[in-house]
Amino acid sequence: MRMSAMRSRRSLRGLLGAAALCLAAAAGADELVVASWGGHYAAAQQAAFIDKFEQETGIEVRLDEFSGGLAEVRRQEKVGDIYWDIVDLEFADVVIGCEEGLLHEFAANEWPAPDGTTAREDYLFEAYSACGVAGIIYSTVITYQPDAFKKKTPTSVADFFDLTKYPGGRGLRRTPQGNMEMALLADGVAETDVYKVLDTEEGKARAFRKLDQIKPHARWWDAVPEAMRMLTDDEVTMTTSFNGRVYHEVVVEHHPMAILWDGEILDSTQFAIVAGTPRLENAKRFARFISKAENMAELGAHLPFNMVRRSANDLLTGRSITGVNMEPFLPATEEHMRHGVWNNWSWWHDNLDELTERFAAWISD
Amino acid sequence: MDFGLSRRAQSVALTLPLVAFLFVIFVMPLGTMMWRSVSEPEVASALPETLAMLEDWDGRSVPPEEVFEIAASELLELHEARALGSVATDVNRVESGTRSAVVRTARHLQGTSPESWQAAMIAVDPAWHDPAIWAAIRRAGERYTARHYLRALDLDQDVDGGVVRRPDDRAIYLELLARTLASSAGITLLCVLLGYPVAFVIANSRRLWSNIALAMVLVPFTMSLIARSVGWIILLQKEGVINDLLVWVGLIGDLDRQSMVYNLGGTVVSLVHSLLPFMVLPLYAVMHTIPKDHVRAATSLGANGWQAFRHVYWPQSLAGVGAGALLVFILAIGQYVGPAVVGGRSGQFFSNLIAYHMQHSLNWGLAAALNFVLLGCVAVVYLVYDRLFGIERLRLDP
Repeated sequence: MRMSAMRSRRSLRGLLGAAALCLAAAAGADELVVASWGGHYAAAQQAAFIDKFEQETGIEVRLDEFSGGLAEVRRQEKVGDIYWDIVDLEFADVVIGCEEGLLHEFAANEWPAPDGTTAREDYLFEAYSACGVAGIIYSTVITYQPDAFKKKTPTSVADFFDLTKYPGGRGLRRTPQGNMEMALLADGVAETDVYKVLDTEEGKARAFRKLDQIKPHARWWDAVPEAMRMLTDDEVTMTTSFNGRVYHEVVVEHHPMAILWDGEILDSTQFAIVAGTPRLENAKRFARFISKAENMAELGAHLPFNMVRRSANDLLTGRSITGVNMEPFLPATEEHMRHGVWNNWSWWHDNLDELTERFAAWISD
Repeated sequence: MDFGLSRRAQSVALTLPLVAFLFVIFVMPLGTMMWRSVSEPEVASALPETLAMLEDWDGRSVPPEEVFEIAASELLELHEARALGSVATDVNRVESGTRSAVVRTARHLQGTSPESWQAAMIAVDPAWHDPAIWAAIRRAGERYTARHYLRALDLDQDVDGGVVRRPDDRAIYLELLARTLASSAGITLLCVLLGYPVAFVIANSRRLWSNIALAMVLVPFTMSLIARSVGWIILLQKEGVINDLLVWVGLIGDLDRQSMVYNLGGTVVSLVHSLLPFMVLPLYAVMHTIPKDHVRAATSLGANGWQAFRHVYWPQSLAGVGAGALLVFILAIGQYVGPAVVGGRSGQFFSNLIAYHMQHSLNWGLAAALNFVLLGCVAVVYLVYDRLFGIERLRLDP
């Protein structure tokens, strides 16, 4: 949920992060440095499994906050001073980092599921790589004010683009990612064909044409709290957002919001071991620990995420520490993901630079 | 004092720390940036033989089998060494959509020894049949390159090396640069208009009042840039304080609320607010030293208020206006936090794209080139200022 949003908040946090990193001293032999996303997310990780890991192993975990991306891992590798042992990355970055040798590759028989299923079998196919250890599934979803449209309720992603039936501002993240896919889905492209169509020049133009329909009413956000604020402040009646953030707004902040699951864009973030860490043994113990289904599944009681490992995902019951049923907020239930699209990281690796430029040109046109 | 050094050596020794400091914080980073903007050694060192083979290639046909063979062997070697990813990223920056072709090919062909590498590579990804990918490899392999500067100016090179304009839907930098410069000029003008009277009051009031006014000008300095920008959102947004006020007074209806933020207006307002002190302080410093007798003398000789101001006071305060304007303008064109927070769709500045390439696309070469384009603009402004006011007058006295 937050992770993609935080990625864009890098611009603001970068400097602070750099300063904090300078202060980070070398970790000792009984320590482990885990870089994660900070905020509620890191707090939930701490409560769900990091405390337990420390108790069981006597290894002290230090949580470092960052806002995604491989830049810092690359830098540590380049200067030869690796002090992050485990890093929590968006799946796209896990794959790139794995290819570039920045992340530790594990053998196919390492970290099997409790019943002996190999990691490869245990992972959802869309989320497997040789470097990701375990992680969560989140999604980009359309969120709306339930009482904004009289008695009508938006039911499909096409409604997001329909300003006559559902008037009001539209919040969109300032990036082509997610928006292009939703535009095509709204234009009638089948979930399975989205990237095929997007791969053609005509398909890209088609997506921009669809976005043109809401452009005059679009408000752009970089960090997801902005999107939520625009919705609660009536700047917009519908916005894209992340499912975990909506849960926070609804359950913790008691803001009236509803999720439209149609056309959600699914993605995952995963832990990975930084290649060349001097504390590889500790890192591997951590990896083994969170590969155990019940440890990872515990995170699901804190935040509404599905798990990339089936063994962990099967343990999710909807139970939450707040007492609210988690299930209505889970991104990857059969019902919610019926018309969802898995973010195609490989396609975006190829096209993000170009589309970011075109998107910027389109947005200021 | 005599340390056994000549006077000259002593003074050199005294300035040495400063010189070293300037070197470390100024010359070195700037030099590295400049180097980065023209030097891209990665692909050149990763694919030396392929690039050598491509030297004689016409750029239009599919290269012959030998090229495929060499390329395959080098790509596989890189794949083995886990170094292919960053090479593929560099090629992809020249020709969008080639990254996965390069990576996928290496992954699929690993451990195979096909009869025809050409057929094998094209079978994995048809992109290899397209001269574009080879041209991209050749261009990405230029060890010293002008391509970042071309791109920063919305230009591109065609197959024959001729410089062409980029298609409109991908040309973003010049327009944004023009907007940034124009907005910064507007911001500077607003700062002069707003700052001049304030500085005048501060310089010419009783001590208590001038201290209070000065404190008010300086308060924004004590707040973080982000907090200030968010403050403007609270004031200006659709459900914000100003709209509430207008609705309450009855000037606009509840349904006519206008969002005054998330656009260029928002950016301008927030930047004027945060840059105003840089206008007021130099103005105050100059006005402070203008003798009050001068204006009095002018009026006693028959000048009316306007004439006294126009011919006596204004010329003497001009150095402050110039210094303040130069500061504000230069600071404005480099802003990115304010525009990022309140800029919305139309209020983004050039630096936001530099930040994007520094932090997201990690295309530091392009970021560096964009940086130097901006630096060039600052240099031009500086030279213009020098011609108009004379840079030696930046001493802040009349």
